[in-house]
Amino acid sequence: MASPEGNEGGIVMRAAGAGAGSASRTPPAAPGKRIEVPIKKAGGGVEEKLHTWPFLVRNEFLMTLLVIIVLTVWSLLLNAPLEQPSNPTRTPNPSKAPWYFLGLQEMLVFFDPWYAGVVLPSFIIVGLMLIPYLDINPKGNGYYTLKERFFEIMSFFIGFHILWVSFIIIGTFFRGPGWNWFWPGQVWDPHLVEALTNVDLPYMFGFRDYLASALFGLFLIGGYFVVGYAVLYFWIRARPAGDPWSAFPGGGPEILEKWGPVRFGITGFLLIAMAGVFIKMALRHALNIKYILVTPWINI
Amino acid sequence: MAKFDWNETKRQITDSQAWQSIFRHGYEDTPRNRILMVSGNVWLHLHPSKVQKHTVRLRFTWCMGGITFLLFLVTVITGVYLMFYYRPTAEYAYADMKYLEFDMPFGMLMRNMHRWAAHGMVIAVWLHMFRVFMTGSYKPPREFNWVVGVILLVLTLLLSFTGYLLPWDQLSIWAVTVGSNMARATPLLGHGGPFHEVLGVNPVYDARAFIFGGAEIGPHTLLRFYILHCIFFPLIASIFMAVHFWRIRRDGMSGPL
Ligand code: HEM
Repeated sequence: MASPEGNEGGIVMRAAGAGAGSASRTPPAAPGKRIEVPIKKAGGGVEEKLHTWPFLVRNEFLMTLLVIIVLTVWSLLLNAPLEQPSNPTRTPNPSKAPWYFLGLQEMLVFFDPWYAGVVLPSFIIVGLMLIPYLDINPKGNGYYTLKERFFEIMSFFIGFHILWVSFIIIGTFFRGPGWNWFWPGQVWDPHLVEALTNVDLPYMFGFRDYLASALFGLFLIGGYFVVGYAVLYFWIRARPAGDPWSAFPGGGPEILEKWGPVRFGITGFLLIAMAGVFIKMALRHALNIKYILVTPWINI
Repeated sequence: MAKFDWNETKRQITDSQAWQSIFRHGYEDTPRNRILMVSGNVWLHLHPSKVQKHTVRLRFTWCMGGITFLLFLVTVITGVYLMFYYRPTAEYAYADMKYLEFDMPFGMLMRNMHRWAAHGMVIAVWLHMFRVFMTGSYKPPREFNWVVGVILLVLTLLLSFTGYLLPWDQLSIWAVTVGSNMARATPLLGHGGPFHEVLGVNPVYDARAFIFGGAEIGPHTLLRFYILHCIFFPLIASIFMAVHFWRIRRDGMSGPL
């Protein structure tokens, strides 16, 4: 067996669970090659199996029928938009990106385009891809559970549902000319003027010198990450031992040891950067802060 | 004249060489036939011949991966129809949309279905990702298929985004302008981004110009997006879908122990 603990019969299970095709699959790499977490294979061989034909194919067929019918009726009732011919000299106000990018466009309120439009999406894509490698909790593989994966689900919920989906809704329904906030039904007044009284954070603290304010900004951001890492570290270490829902009976220290510094570092970076979005939003809305770090090249 | 015997005729047809060369087994509902039904059919063979009970339940998969794929197929079929009538040049593109809507049989319907299926695909792929996350199905041994999935997610968005430009109306060029302005802000590679001096990029030679095919959005951009939308991204997405499906088949669907 690949991993010493809790994987008895793993290969047998895989063969049983994965259908005829994978019975011949070679077992996972030798001990030490893989992470030392029990690997859960598909199905247990306990569950009763059904013939794909007719049971699965029937469901797929009915679902196909339903989707095609809904799509056809929808398309008969609602026409795809076609506006005036394109005219590069007439910029509509507001100009909105396609709706699935409006979350990022909304970020432009809080960040410069290089961060909102390039760096942040890159973090999202890379972060999504890394999820399976960062999350070493062996529980909750193949079934719904909240208790066994509370932290993971919360992170996903904040990142996906709040930062992505809710901002799309805001961008689609609540933003009008000048990217100002309009309630649905409210008249879009293109001449609405919103006072822009934003100041930079170092300026607010009395820094007038470029170098000093840049250093102050760097210090704040660096300090934010140090504090963020420290909070994460001590919070995880304080996880109690013997939690019946956790896969790590040793509690915090065991989690940290199995997780390792690389995973901790990357996860921490992504989470702290994500929390940074909220902090920047709060600073903007509550204190009209424009930038925290001001340099001749980049502003954050 | 001999009396017409339906059963005899049927037997003659199903016993004929032509019939037997196409259909390999009968339709009696036997376990053997149920398995042959799947393993003998190239399309259904994407499935294993038996599946665990929970994977058939809607509650588990929400059917969203399958719906994503179905909507992709719908856009392929309706897209071919649209391609017959659409010329990707600035002179014709918009007028062709109008002709398509008013003069072509089912033109409006095909356009609507193409567009709504594309939007639906974006929503379905997000729900699919959400479901895969909630069931923890990215955990070993399926880590890499999750990565393939994220690539598919990006490709889905790119497909949708490149298609957005093609009607060549105000909505499309300005939405694409806003979207592509991000490329202008790329650090190092965009002429509006930080550190752009380092590589000396400028409006006609930077990341956005690479996407637009020029300094501004224009006919060159239309052709570029058309080719990406109709050939390149569908091809790449199909390849990754093949990998995605093959790995699901090999690893089996995730499920509770
Ligand atoms: C074009 C886009 C995609 C298509 C057509 C697609 C299709 C499918 C299908 C048909 C399944 C079978 C189970 C089901 O229906 O839920 C599946 C499973 C899976 N998909 Fe996708 N998918 C796509 C995108 C994604 C994305 C964005 C992710 C994640 C980021 C992903 C990750 C997975 C994983 C890990 C499985 C295995 C689930 C399990 O074993 O329970 N896929 N996909």
